[in-house]
Amino acid sequence: MTDSAHHHVDVKQFHPRAREAIGNPKIRQNFRRAMDGLMAKRKSAFEGWDLETLRELGANIRLRALANLPDLLEQLEQKLTDNGIKVHWAVDGDEACRIIRDICVARDAKSVIKGKSMVSEEMELNHYLSGEGIEALESDLGEYIVQLADETPSHIIMPAIHKNTGEISELMHDKTGTDLSNDVEYLTASARQQLREKFMNADVGVSGVNFAVAETGTLCLVENEGNGRMTTTVPPCHIAVTGIEKVVPSLEDVSALLALLTRSATGQHITTYFNMISGPRKPEELDGPEEVHLVLVDNGRATIYQDDELLDTLRCIRCGACMNHCPVYTRVGGHAYGTTYPGPIGKILMPHMVGLDEGRHLPTASSLCGACGEVCPVKIPIPDLLVRLRQESVDGDKLHPARVRGHGAKRSSLEAMIWKGWSWMHSNAGVYRFGTGLATRFRMLQPGKAGAWTDYRTAPKLASKTLHERMKERKQ
Amino acid sequence: MSSRNTILQRLRNRSGGTLSAPECDFSVLKRPDWSTAERLDRFEQMIESVHGEVHRCTEDSWVDRLAEVLTTRGARNLLIPKEHSIGLRLRTEAQREDLPNLLIYDEPIESWQSVLFNDVDASITSTRGGIAETGSLILWPTPDEPRLMSLVAPIHIAVLRADELYTTLHDAMRAQNWASGMPTNALLISGPSKTADIEQTLAYGVHGPKELIVLVIE
Amino acid sequence: MADPIKVYPAKPRKVYFFGTCLVDMFYPDAGIAGVELLEREGIEVIFPQGQTCCGQPAYTSGYHDEARSVARAQLDLFPEDWPIVVPSGSCGGMMRKHYPALFRDTGDEARAASVAERVWELTDFLLNVCHIKLEDLGQPTKVAMHTSCSARREMGVAEVGPALIGQLNNVTLVEQVRAEECCGFGGTFAVRHPEISGAMVSEKVDALVETGTQDFVTTDCGCLMNIAGYAEKNRKPLTGQHILSFLWERTNKAGGGS
Repeated sequence: MTDSAHHHVDVKQFHPRAREAIGNPKIRQNFRRAMDGLMAKRKSAFEGWDLETLRELGANIRLRALANLPDLLEQLEQKLTDNGIKVHWAVDGDEACRIIRDICVARDAKSVIKGKSMVSEEMELNHYLSGEGIEALESDLGEYIVQLADETPSHIIMPAIHKNTGEISELMHDKTGTDLSNDVEYLTASARQQLREKFMNADVGVSGVNFAVAETGTLCLVENEGNGRMTTTVPPCHIAVTGIEKVVPSLEDVSALLALLTRSATGQHITTYFNMISGPRKPEELDGPEEVHLVLVDNGRATIYQDDELLDTLRCIRCGACMNHCPVYTRVGGHAYGTTYPGPIGKILMPHMVGLDEGRHLPTASSLCGACGEVCPVKIPIPDLLVRLRQESVDGDKLHPARVRGHGAKRSSLEAMIWKGWSWMHSNAGVYRFGTGLATRFRMLQPGKAGAWTDYRTAPKLASKTLHERMKERKQ
Repeated sequence: MSSRNTILQRLRNRSGGTLSAPECDFSVLKRPDWSTAERLDRFEQMIESVHGEVHRCTEDSWVDRLAEVLTTRGARNLLIPKEHSIGLRLRTEAQREDLPNLLIYDEPIESWQSVLFNDVDASITSTRGGIAETGSLILWPTPDEPRLMSLVAPIHIAVLRADELYTTLHDAMRAQNWASGMPTNALLISGPSKTADIEQTLAYGVHGPKELIVLVIE
Repeated sequence: MADPIKVYPAKPRKVYFFGTCLVDMFYPDAGIAGVELLEREGIEVIFPQGQTCCGQPAYTSGYHDEARSVARAQLDLFPEDWPIVVPSGSCGGMMRKHYPALFRDTGDEARAASVAERVWELTDFLLNVCHIKLEDLGQPTKVAMHTSCSARREMGVAEVGPALIGQLNNVTLVEQVRAEECCGFGGTFAVRHPEISGAMVSEKVDALVETGTQDFVTTDCGCLMNIAGYAEKNRKPLTGQHILSFLWERTNKAGGGS
């Protein structure tokens, strides 16, 4: 992705990290408990709704926006400019980082306070800015904790979900001198105090965007803590950064997507704050930033946009419901993936950002159970996209040639040969019947071990006669 | 070529061809036609479910209620709007013993930031209505009621007129014609500031107000 | 995802039976039980001897050329306009949901669509097309059920198994916690990511054991060999059966409802 990619844990190390997480009862328990709670809350938040119809609307709104994406981006740019917000475009994360640095340098800014932004994680903004001598401090409590620990978020909505109170207390004690305590209120209050100072002294606030509305030139932010409002109101300069796919035509669209987003994410009917920003401080106003910027980041999205099937990836509104409901994510946690976006959405999005060669294990780490697709508020067919990427990673379809960067990297001649042999046998009924008949007849020779399968289970036992044979006998 | 044009050109010359846009039917967002009383009940229930407070008052009684609320909490001062009728009314009653010291936000934040952040106990603002379904207040900050008035003090008191309660966000934005133009900042506020980032345990007042108190004028 | 609206056909005179490769080699009793149940409903069962596998293992592994070759060999087997019943949500899902995509832009597109729209998961077919009425001949017992993810989410039959078991007077269906969660089978997933799959199946087995019954039934042989195989290897008091075997055993007079 970028030359600073080494800062991240290696995406290729999925297996060992997953193994480690599974062997760690504390991590397992933290995630299980959290995910159980989130699933139950989501369910109850949608009670009384015609959820299927609402999801259909969500999907259509996103598809309509994507269908008009270039027009909407231009309309958004025009409206924002009219409103006094400066718009920047970045083809990748590096360019986005440079744009933000240049804005900071022009203002002689040394300290940046951040609201939650996954795109800034994607481009590793904090790491970049610190290399440029600019301190970037996270202000979302979860992100703040993760930053103190020098880690990355393990969930896109709840970044510090992998840590329990005791661990957080020790961390805050070591890094900030907060007294050790298991009282969450106390820990929260002490973070409030520490961060208030930072808000007052920050030169620039950087935030993400949940929806960018083309019709009115409005940037919408969804949050509970108020740090997003602080970030976008207190420092004299606010820089919002977002992926190019986040634009929607109208505020009406937002009313539906918001209803889906918060209920899907945390089971809330709405978040505490829904912050709609349409311009910098006007001369007669007494607060708010004097400068507002929007950085529109492509970083692989325009490439995803080219393909009719992969395009669905861009519908995502980043609610995290797919990970909350994913049995794999629940077992391994967010860090095992080694990617900005973990869980099912990460498995279909990250291969485009890091390449299918780097991210080859991601699409396979799924039982294709379909829980993710079932809860997705915008009906992204995640399991189908996982299969598509599996095909791309082994160049497995001559009719529909692979197109994702790094495709084919997982293809091994041995595995390809095995599938060819398998295919030959199962495409020829006579061969198949001969083979299966033979196998069942000599079933006592069946090995008791069958690779990784029998590490956890006994081998399935061959029947004495196949169904083919028994149906033939039955007829006679 | 500029990054802007590179991106837009790639989107326009999409290799998969142009995309057709599906129709969007918003009727699923429609809720039953609640009466004003039902809307208020729902609003109250939703605000209380997220740790907020609702006090039903009248045009005559709201200042008494406010005084009570502030006295119980020992607030030393209250930030009020200068021009809005809420502020005017309070200033006429400024001599009341049970009201704390009244402060007015009439200078740019830069000149008094640390006072606002450290010394203001409570603030009161008007609203542009509310949303029953989700228990939300609509705030459009103005020069008279700047953005930080509803964010920085530990107690935020909002005055809501019962007849300005809409059923859904969708209804509210259409009735108020938001599409015709938005202010520099507009907000939905649906409870006090909160977080569940430490082991999913709820804690209030993490960055913004610890308490949200709504005075509903019926 | 499940059909928004499923349109069941009228009860036919004949059906094609697609047995699936796992039933063929490992659980033929389940296949026979399915055939018996259909025949008892007065339906003639045609079992094309040319059938092998739906092609799913290669498909979900990304080897679509190989999957297509195997799937194409199945398309020839069902020339008449009869329903195709499958004793598996997973293989049924492959044929019903994924054949159209697999054969898109090929000369077999129409044939694949004609097969896909006739495919029914067998318990769904028994309940909603045959309107089967089960008479329980067995002793009182408790049983748990694991509905496979594809039966639940691709074929939309999560309610079917419980409804059929509900017809059995002497059987109490007990529900495990997180009934909707995957057992961790997922085809080649189980061997590509053995630790994750192992963690999933161990929790599924615990959940089933905690219901207090030693018996579970399932719609799919993949889940069956996964869950029962884990229980056996780890000496957990749990044995499993395909739901068709269970239904047939409870209701056939010759077997005395064992």
